[in-house]
Amino acid sequence: MQFVQLLIFLILFPLVTALFMLVAKKEIERTWIVKLSAVAIAMITIWLLITTFDKGALYSPLIPAEPSGLVMFILEMLIAVFILYLGIKHRKYHVIALILIQSAMMIFFEFSFASSAEVTSNLFVDEFSNILALIIGIIGSLICVYSLGYMKHFHEHHAGIPDKRNIFFFVMFVFLSAMFGLVFANNIIWVYFFWEVTTLCSFLLIGYTKTEEATNNAFSALWMNLLGGIAFAGAILWIGMSGHSLMGLDQLLASGKAIALVPAALIGFAGLTKAAQMPFSSWLVGAMVAPTPVSALLHSSTMVKAGVYILVRLAPVFSGTATGYALALVGAFTFLIASGIAISQSNAKRVLAYSTIANLGLVVACAGIGTYEAIWAAILLIVFHAISKSLLFLSVGTVEHRIRSREIDDMNGLIVRMPKLAAMMVIGIAGMFLAPFGMLISKWAAIRGFIDAPFGFIFVIILVFGSAMTLFFWAKWMGKILTVTSDGKHVEGEVDRSEWAALVSLAGLSFITTLVFPLVSVKLLEPFLLENYGNVARLSQDNILIMIMMLFLLLLLPLSILLPHRKHRHLAPYMGGRTTTQDMRFSGSLGVQKKAVMSNYYLTSWFGEAKLRPLGIWLCSALIGIMFIATVFRGMFP
Amino acid sequence: MITFVWGLVFVLIAPVIGGLIAGIDRKVTAHMQGRVGPSILQPFWDVGKLFEKENAVVNETQIFYAFCYTLFMAFTGALFFAGGDLLLVIFALTLSQIFLVLGAYSANSPYSYVGAERELLQIMAYEPMVILTAVGMYMATKSFNVSDIAASPFPVVLFIPGLFLGFLYVLTIKLRKSPFDISTSHHAHQEIVKGVTTEFSGPSLGWIEITHWYETVLLMGFVWLFFAFSPILALVAVIVVYLFEILIDNTNARVKWQLAVKSSWAIAVVMGIANLAALYFLNGGIS
Repeated sequence: MQFVQLLIFLILFPLVTALFMLVAKKEIERTWIVKLSAVAIAMITIWLLITTFDKGALYSPLIPAEPSGLVMFILEMLIAVFILYLGIKHRKYHVIALILIQSAMMIFFEFSFASSAEVTSNLFVDEFSNILALIIGIIGSLICVYSLGYMKHFHEHHAGIPDKRNIFFFVMFVFLSAMFGLVFANNIIWVYFFWEVTTLCSFLLIGYTKTEEATNNAFSALWMNLLGGIAFAGAILWIGMSGHSLMGLDQLLASGKAIALVPAALIGFAGLTKAAQMPFSSWLVGAMVAPTPVSALLHSSTMVKAGVYILVRLAPVFSGTATGYALALVGAFTFLIASGIAISQSNAKRVLAYSTIANLGLVVACAGIGTYEAIWAAILLIVFHAISKSLLFLSVGTVEHRIRSREIDDMNGLIVRMPKLAAMMVIGIAGMFLAPFGMLISKWAAIRGFIDAPFGFIFVIILVFGSAMTLFFWAKWMGKILTVTSDGKHVEGEVDRSEWAALVSLAGLSFITTLVFPLVSVKLLEPFLLENYGNVARLSQDNILIMIMMLFLLLLLPLSILLPHRKHRHLAPYMGGRTTTQDMRFSGSLGVQKKAVMSNYYLTSWFGEAKLRPLGIWLCSALIGIMFIATVFRGMFP
Repeated sequence: MITFVWGLVFVLIAPVIGGLIAGIDRKVTAHMQGRVGPSILQPFWDVGKLFEKENAVVNETQIFYAFCYTLFMAFTGALFFAGGDLLLVIFALTLSQIFLVLGAYSANSPYSYVGAERELLQIMAYEPMVILTAVGMYMATKSFNVSDIAASPFPVVLFIPGLFLGFLYVLTIKLRKSPFDISTSHHAHQEIVKGVTTEFSGPSLGWIEITHWYETVLLMGFVWLFFAFSPILALVAVIVVYLFEILIDNTNARVKWQLAVKSSWAIAVVMGIANLAALYFLNGGIS
């Protein structure tokens, strides 16, 4: 029963660290506790993988539902009271209304049905949980380590913001704990509890700086996620009222589409809000006001991944139903529209935010289709996205502190000014859209998944357009970084050690995962698919070999610059025959010295937020409406 | 499944064939314009001369990007002719193209910078159509492997006529022909000087020219694939398609990028949906 202890340890240990964070007064104490805990969490997740390796899904029979259920209920109510207090304090009446409805539902459930909800095992672990645990345990921990250096600089740069790093790290670790709970819980009431904790944590982290903008954006994230929470509570209530004992995820999945579709659709809706799908995408974009590690955490290893996690879990229920197709279309159109909007964004963090929304859309599309190939693609997307996106956020964060700007145009010639950080960023970007790196493999898998599914060609068409836009905005960013400016000065200096450690580890991970992904696919994904779908998906041996060849070419080629080569004659760029100085100044009309400045294309008239966002909101809202109508319809006429 | 030899043959022979195609292109173009035109071997003399020139650069990284562009284009073509996976071929092609774009960006020159942005717009314009073509071929033959598609006993083009027309449309972009020679042009009528290639000179420019030959042969391979059931017909198709492209090139003025992107996407959407849906239902709902 060793694995049960590991599961409980992973849920409780970050919580203990979190409590230590509250009491740690000195910075040195905090630094060491965070570092040691990060190492411990990462090691235990790996240890969990080793002990449960090749054993399929393991369910814990031993843990009694009570008193943990009661504790969770009390905590839930405390959270509700806390949110209620904040809602009243900031006069956010919609938040008050939502939390009251949600609490009423859960209280009603607790006193009417909770005693009859029988779950044979409350915790479980399988290959998919393991993969997510690794993402949370390794990437999440790395982000916490990175935060040590970042938050120190953050408060040096923003003297007006009260230094509440104790609370900050407390919430970060509670977040990790809740995420572990979420992916290990089999009891749906437990999943719901952890779900609500992540909502609260994200609210606190987004509002960390306490500025007006931060508070407003935090509340916008809160109400959207509370809306999802109500749907989730609705699903629990529905299961309770149906009289079946389906409160375990395994029981729900085994009960068949006829019974499980309604709760799955409700939980699916909750997943859409948490995964920031349109029309709920604005909270994730608004979350950019938070310190960068928070964005990295929300985007890569927690929060949004909770949303897609539950959707992928429920995918067998969705597959082949109209509900599933409507869900998949929400994801597909979110992918398309968010990729378009990303083109028009000049702020690096906003580009990253829209790219996250887009990629999650792709995962949702895969989950809605729910065939084994699509799920294979979905899990690959989750893994690779987590690595590349966290790397990008963290490098943008460090660069932002140096150049005091998040604008992509201000990153011109970064490769000359800060070569090491620029290299990290380029690896991250390449990981997002170029062959043979992870995300490209995943998109490839998604094409394969879609094409073999019924009506899949529609999704393929949406995907190819979205991915063409993806290519445009990543490549122009990459070009901006790699521009070699003749007047650029090397100003990198010393990067904070903890920041650097996190960046290098993540960059290393993006290469290593690309290299070993065939192994991950065979050893983790295939057993999972076989158990849940009775079929496996894989890339052919030839293709894997070719990808590895490409990877090695890309690894070795940059080294060629180190080879001795003869110096070439250097010329100034062509400037239409004008005399130009080394720093690209030329004399304009009336003898005024001007500097040649180049800016990216943003194509706002086509892809502007103002233009595309309303379209996405209406389209996806309509599709969600269709999703529920289809669910009800199927319930009435099975 | 993958025949290594054919990949090697491509790497060695393709520049010769591509150069000859370029020579014939210039000859035919000249005749269309009422000129005599240069010898068919002229492209080889031109490139040869480029290699004799001094390698003057704006910065050293340009040479690296030009080299990677050539290397990955040769790799892509080799993968195609060895019978590899069509989607992987397309992804490798994009990778190679990105190196050219990065080379243009790296120069920090206004003209090549605009050229790079436009090149990206062009990639964005043609890529959906090209991937949909590959998907159509998969739905028609049940395989993504070039070797399997080429060995199909029936004419693939009959199943995907719409996609074939769409592919012809974006082929104009890929061959850098008017009206879509937006990022750089073989003709001397660019307002952005020479676009992406503005800052490349000497041997680097020579490599880029050779890469273009590789690419031409690769693209003709794509055209071949539509008719692969009969090699003679395929050869005729390739010749007709290329002559048609020359005709388009000489009878059209360059358009703005807006029109290029919009029209390519419109065609990809219409042809994609119509043709893939037809195939889907033809296959009885299972693709």
